Amino acid sequence: MNFSGRAAPIPGDRPPPRARAFHAQAFKELRLEGVRRDFGNVSALRDLTLTIEQGQFVALLGPSGCGKSTALNCIAGLLPVTGGSIRLDDKRIDTLRTEERGFGMVFQNYALFPHMTVRKNIGFGLKMRGVASAEIARRVDDALRLVHLGEHGHKLPGQLSGGQQQRVAIARAIVIEPPLVLMDEPLSNLDAKLRLEMRQEIRRIHAELGSTTIYVTHDQEEALSLADRIVVLREGMIRQVGTPAELYADPAHLDVADFMGYRNRIEGRLVRSGGGMAAVDIGGAVVEGRTRGELGGGRAVAAMRPDDLVPAREGVDAIVATVESIEYRGREFHGLARTPQGAELHFSSPARLEAGAPVRLAADPRNVLIFEAEAR
Amino acid sequence: MSTVASRDRLAAPTAPAAPPLRLRLAASGLDGVTLLLVPAALFLIALFVYPFIYGFVLSFEPKSGGALANYLRFFSDSYFSHTVWTTMRIAMPVTIFNLMLAIPIAFRVRLMRHQRLLTTILVLPITLGTVLVAEGMLFYFGPQGWFNRALMAIGLISQPVRLVHNYWGVVISLLITGFPFTFLLTLSYVTGIDPSLEQAAATLGAKPASRFRHIFWPLLLPGLAITFCLAFVQAYSVFPSAVLVGEPAGATRVISIAAYQSAFEDYDYSMASTIAMIMAATQLVVVLVVLGGRSLLYRGPVTGGKG
Repeated sequence: MNFSGRAAPIPGDRPPPRARAFHAQAFKELRLEGVRRDFGNVSALRDLTLTIEQGQFVALLGPSGCGKSTALNCIAGLLPVTGGSIRLDDKRIDTLRTEERGFGMVFQNYALFPHMTVRKNIGFGLKMRGVASAEIARRVDDALRLVHLGEHGHKLPGQLSGGQQQRVAIARAIVIEPPLVLMDEPLSNLDAKLRLEMRQEIRRIHAELGSTTIYVTHDQEEALSLADRIVVLREGMIRQVGTPAELYADPAHLDVADFMGYRNRIEGRLVRSGGGMAAVDIGGAVVEGRTRGELGGGRAVAAMRPDDLVPAREGVDAIVATVESIEYRGREFHGLARTPQGAELHFSSPARLEAGAPVRLAADPRNVLIFEAEAR
Repeated sequence: MSTVASRDRLAAPTAPAAPPLRLRLAASGLDGVTLLLVPAALFLIALFVYPFIYGFVLSFEPKSGGALANYLRFFSDSYFSHTVWTTMRIAMPVTIFNLMLAIPIAFRVRLMRHQRLLTTILVLPITLGTVLVAEGMLFYFGPQGWFNRALMAIGLISQPVRLVHNYWGVVISLLITGFPFTFLLTLSYVTGIDPSLEQAAATLGAKPASRFRHIFWPLLLPGLAITFCLAFVQAYSVFPSAVLVGEPAGATRVISIAAYQSAFEDYDYSMASTIAMIMAATQLVVVLVVLGGRSLLYRGPVTGGKG
């Protein structure tokens, strides 16, 4: 989904080696082992075990309260871990103070120093490292050029727009050439258009610098378009790790599927399972779809994307429902229908349907996922 | 084209009709709610503006001599003029020391979960009043008081130190009664600073001392200047403790005592007014200097961005 006309970089595609302005400090991998973080009696992070290799762009994806920001803060050192360990190669870092870890971080509210000019903001990390002022000036210039803010160096953050502030925050984090760049929902305060633009900027900067990045977001589109690897978190635990393509095609759990756009979920009785396929009787119709492994008997849930659920041809086994609303989406219509059992279904249709009219909906079994129903 | 023109002609007579007066006043910020300011304005005029002007005029009508006779007398007689120095010598260190005490405590309290309880305890002295504090001090810090007895018991001193009825008595009393006010103001400025700024500085490699120097201090300074002014004005007008735990005939003969003596011992209201005017002017000079310095500082928002 690229609306701006510029070619979106292909995930995993790196530009050929050339002279770079910034060199991320070399390391092989960041290893989190059984990382725990408790707040009082509540565990925000239960048992996070994850290895991140140099150069990767990893997205931590999950709904609010899943522990993704906690994980990032633990890596940054802003929160002490309750248990487990974090290592950069063989060096244990979870016992180090934030300022000793030297990771660049981009905050959700940017956290720019309001009393310092853009140049001072970007140069702050270098100043703290005792870099000579001529060298600071040179590297700040490079960083300003990288984020396309050349002529704004003398301004205070308050004089910049949200997108420009975001660029300053990114420049400030990467100018110190950190082994790891941490980003905490950096785009959530921007409007939709700017968000798309900054997404491409982040991707471009990552491709140019090859800096290892951990990116926290609750927006699956952001995660899919930016990351080489996505880590889906839920209730402080990893649900699934994979490339965007793997997660998009094969979500391992119902909640991951939910995140990947499988908005329709209908529960029913499992009637058949085997050979990677299964069928669910949802009352009035049997829905067939793919499974991961064998399902036990009992209740099951069929999940479908709205794009894949379309009005059925005559003679095909279909779900009968009543159209509740329909809206025009340019290329097609997007509708909401309700089954006699009360389940809501989002579907697409090439033609306009009348609200209140009956509709027969079906999806190709290859695009339907069947999961075991979660115990309630 | 012609239809537009004819429509314009039709609309012309009604278009410039001015909105009613009420709406025009409301547009410039005057409406019924503005009337709520009237009691406060009356109060201010009756109890501050009028007495001030009255005293100002009175100060130029001395018992004898020309209009400026009182002012000349004040500055030529060290018995009077010295009180400015005496008061400064008490108010300045007390204000600065209270700020220095309030800043670190506010920094610690900002991170605490039971902030409310601690704040309440720290603010308690405000409710006690100067007189009660002074009376308590007379016993506690007196030659037979707990303070001296404890210090002697552990062998730190061999004979009681004098901490009441002198300069130190007033300083201690003002520290106790002035601290809660200074602390509360400082705390509100400290907690107003976005904590993510400190975190950002830490991720950029700044150690705690650097974070304070480069981030907190510059953002806090304008607020501290205001706090300083308010606390200073409060300390400068010291009266009860200068009498009760001080040495009102000597080291703590502050300017308000001089004004009191002129008014109620010499019955020279004109001279008393003069002293009050000089008191106000000297305070104003200090406040203006501090605020002038403040205007050179960064005074924008203390948060790190949108959201």
